[in-house]
Amino acid sequence: MNAHFLRNVFIKGLLIFLVFNLAFAALPPKLGKLSLYNHLLSGRERLPFGEDSSKSYNLSLLDLDAMFAAHILTAGEKTPDEYRVIALGDSSVWGTLLRPQETLAGQLNAAALTVCGRRVRVYNLGYPTISLTKDLMILEQARRYQPDSILWGLTLEAFPLEKQVDSPLVANNPARVDELIARYALPLSPADPALVRPNFWARTLIGQRRALADLLRLQLYGVLWSATGIDQIYPTDYAPAQTDFDSESTYHGQSGAPLEASRLAWSMLQAGIKAAAPTPLILFNEPMLISAGKNSGLRYNFFYPRWAYDQWRAQMAQQAQANAWNYLDLWNLVPPTQFTNSAIHLTPNGEHLLATQLGHIIQEQPCP
Amino acid sequence: MTLVFLLISIAVAAFLGAVMKNRWRAGLLLTLSALAVYALQPALPIRGLDFSLPTITLALTALTWLLVTPPEARAWKNNWGAIVLLTGILLTLQLTRFLGFDLPLTASRPPQPGTTLALAAFFALMALLVARFTQPGPGILSAAIFAIIFLFVLLKTPALSLQISLLLRSINGQALTSAAPLDIRWLGFSYIAFRLLHTLRDRQNGRLPAVSLAEFGAYVLFFPTLSAGPIDRIERFVSDLRRPLTLTAADLGEAAQRLMLGLFKKFVLADALALMALNAANASQVRGAGWGWVLLYAYTFQIYFDFSGYSDIAIGLARLMGIKLPENFNAPYAKPNLTQFWNNWHMSLTQWFRAYFFNPLTRALRAGHKNLPAPAIIFLTQVATMLLISLWHGVTFNFALWGLWHGLGLFIHNRWAEAAKTHFTALPARWQTALNIFGALLTFHYVALGWVFFALPEPTDALHFFGLLFGQQG
Repeated sequence: MNAHFLRNVFIKGLLIFLVFNLAFAALPPKLGKLSLYNHLLSGRERLPFGEDSSKSYNLSLLDLDAMFAAHILTAGEKTPDEYRVIALGDSSVWGTLLRPQETLAGQLNAAALTVCGRRVRVYNLGYPTISLTKDLMILEQARRYQPDSILWGLTLEAFPLEKQVDSPLVANNPARVDELIARYALPLSPADPALVRPNFWARTLIGQRRALADLLRLQLYGVLWSATGIDQIYPTDYAPAQTDFDSESTYHGQSGAPLEASRLAWSMLQAGIKAAAPTPLILFNEPMLISAGKNSGLRYNFFYPRWAYDQWRAQMAQQAQANAWNYLDLWNLVPPTQFTNSAIHLTPNGEHLLATQLGHIIQEQPCP
Repeated sequence: MTLVFLLISIAVAAFLGAVMKNRWRAGLLLTLSALAVYALQPALPIRGLDFSLPTITLALTALTWLLVTPPEARAWKNNWGAIVLLTGILLTLQLTRFLGFDLPLTASRPPQPGTTLALAAFFALMALLVARFTQPGPGILSAAIFAIIFLFVLLKTPALSLQISLLLRSINGQALTSAAPLDIRWLGFSYIAFRLLHTLRDRQNGRLPAVSLAEFGAYVLFFPTLSAGPIDRIERFVSDLRRPLTLTAADLGEAAQRLMLGLFKKFVLADALALMALNAANASQVRGAGWGWVLLYAYTFQIYFDFSGYSDIAIGLARLMGIKLPENFNAPYAKPNLTQFWNNWHMSLTQWFRAYFFNPLTRALRAGHKNLPAPAIIFLTQVATMLLISLWHGVTFNFALWGLWHGLGLFIHNRWAEAAKTHFTALPARWQTALNIFGALLTFHYVALGWVFFALPEPTDALHFFGLLFGQQG
């Protein structure tokens, strides 16, 4: 080894590094589709999401391809005896504080339902941020997996237009948002500064190091998911959902009736219904905590003043009737004792109540 | 040690390698190493302790030098530079308390000068007392050895560390309910203690070369080896230090290779494996023997890549500064038996124990108990050595079990090897190769199973996990 050789090694190494960085930025590879899940590792029962990865064996990432590749939905071809249902929604569908078998999807699967002689298999595609655009993005991706029916859990908090891009999953997937805007004429602006559009340098290997590390960590935590079946932290105690409130009754800047329909994302919901077609779509208003605490005459819960929620429910019922949507209003299905740490997070018993209701509806679906 | 710290260390080492003059070499290494003792010390919840512990490290180093150095080598004219450096570093860092901002050289803002002055006064008094002895007798050296071992036991025994934490918290007026054994994390003390013990023992035996305070300090505190070794010998280290520094392209190439390999092992392989390696939490959650083995294999390779990665980094860093540290690992998991595994795993530690415990104990047993059969001596020495090595990691039951596991394994292999000498001498080469492969697999799995005790602090958890691995649960 001499100085000349060392210098050459250094220069070549540097050049290769630069070329790889530039090539990665110019032709970004779809690395998210490469996955050990469903091959060496068990597919996840719900989309990856987690805050304390070392304990939950899960993590939040922003690559929808990688999230789907890790999901059991993408494990293989649908078999002829499977009636495939996908469940969309927020954390209440995803199942915060619930084990996979205790979630809505898990309980529906445990019920061993059949439709037209085919066994119902429900896939949990809920994701713990509240935005109809986020649900629409997931629905767009899920369509290719041939669902026979779609369950979509809704709540008013998913509707405000200003909340649509708040979900990190939406904000960090501007290309997908652009596609949705173009296809469904959504009332969103591609120039919205909340949409994260990386420049050329942020798309290089160095710029993408965090995203690449997340992809790798997703695979590595897959080992512990497969080994333990754990995909979130299950604390023995947690702060229960709030039941006492201040006298505050504004909702997203609106202080009283009427709830302006123009400030709600009805077009995102209509886009979802269009995207789902011709697959039957079951919309349901998610059960929520109806508080009896301080100022409960003004507010139902942490999220909603009564006036806003009541008006939204009325608008939702009106729209469903006018458009012949398959819609169930289950807002007060679950008693207050069956909520956990949020006004929309259910206990296993609460999920059971919901699953029983929805199970009947699924079984009434026409044969595909 | 963070990646950023290591990258800074590499840059500093490369710079020093390029510009360091032989005359200033020991002093520069001492300065950097003393600063690293402070910089690497993790923040501690007990007020001022993360500044006091590195200060005690410097003081212990200086005191031990006084004890092991003949009077003629202690001359002021040869050592004033090092004394000024150490004092200057302490004072400068202490004064950073009064800057308007925190420097990244200490874990937290240094304490009130009173604490540091009291410590400095105590050690200065000790130094004056020690300096009175022109020739410290074996009794004083033995007392110093026992003092270091005592300190070591205090730190490594959770119940005792907790008591120290309670004492310091009560002196500081801090909440006693938050006291925990980990309040007393003293960075590098495990390795520093070995180097100090080595010099004290060699001084007792008359084998220690006379070295200056700068050389001694650079050896004991050498920053690449502070947190994970290897444990060098002072005569070898100082001979490198005194040799004219001429870095060739081959030296630089080898250093770069070791650094790249070490960084890859530690920050890619070990850190990735750590995400799925066996630990106390996942051991009770895992479903089925197959996944249990996966977690155990992950731990087995994680601990190897982590430790050998750090050793590679230390060797590479030292190489940049003209110091050729001893190797610490040599493909230990590929060795055909447990004896060879231990000859190739954390080699500098096992050599230390062989020199200062195993060999003297064997000689003592042979001389003092002539009727004791050879197998009994082998059993006692191997089990005792492995127990000591295990307790070096922590004076807890699970580490003791790990040591016992390896002590028994070494004894069984020793007996097997003795018996095999007569039966397997004339095996054809092909059979010998097959036997070696089988031996390597068996050894690897024996070592891997031993790591269960290491990874799981509660022995009952370890036993449950053994049950899972062998299909008794899950």
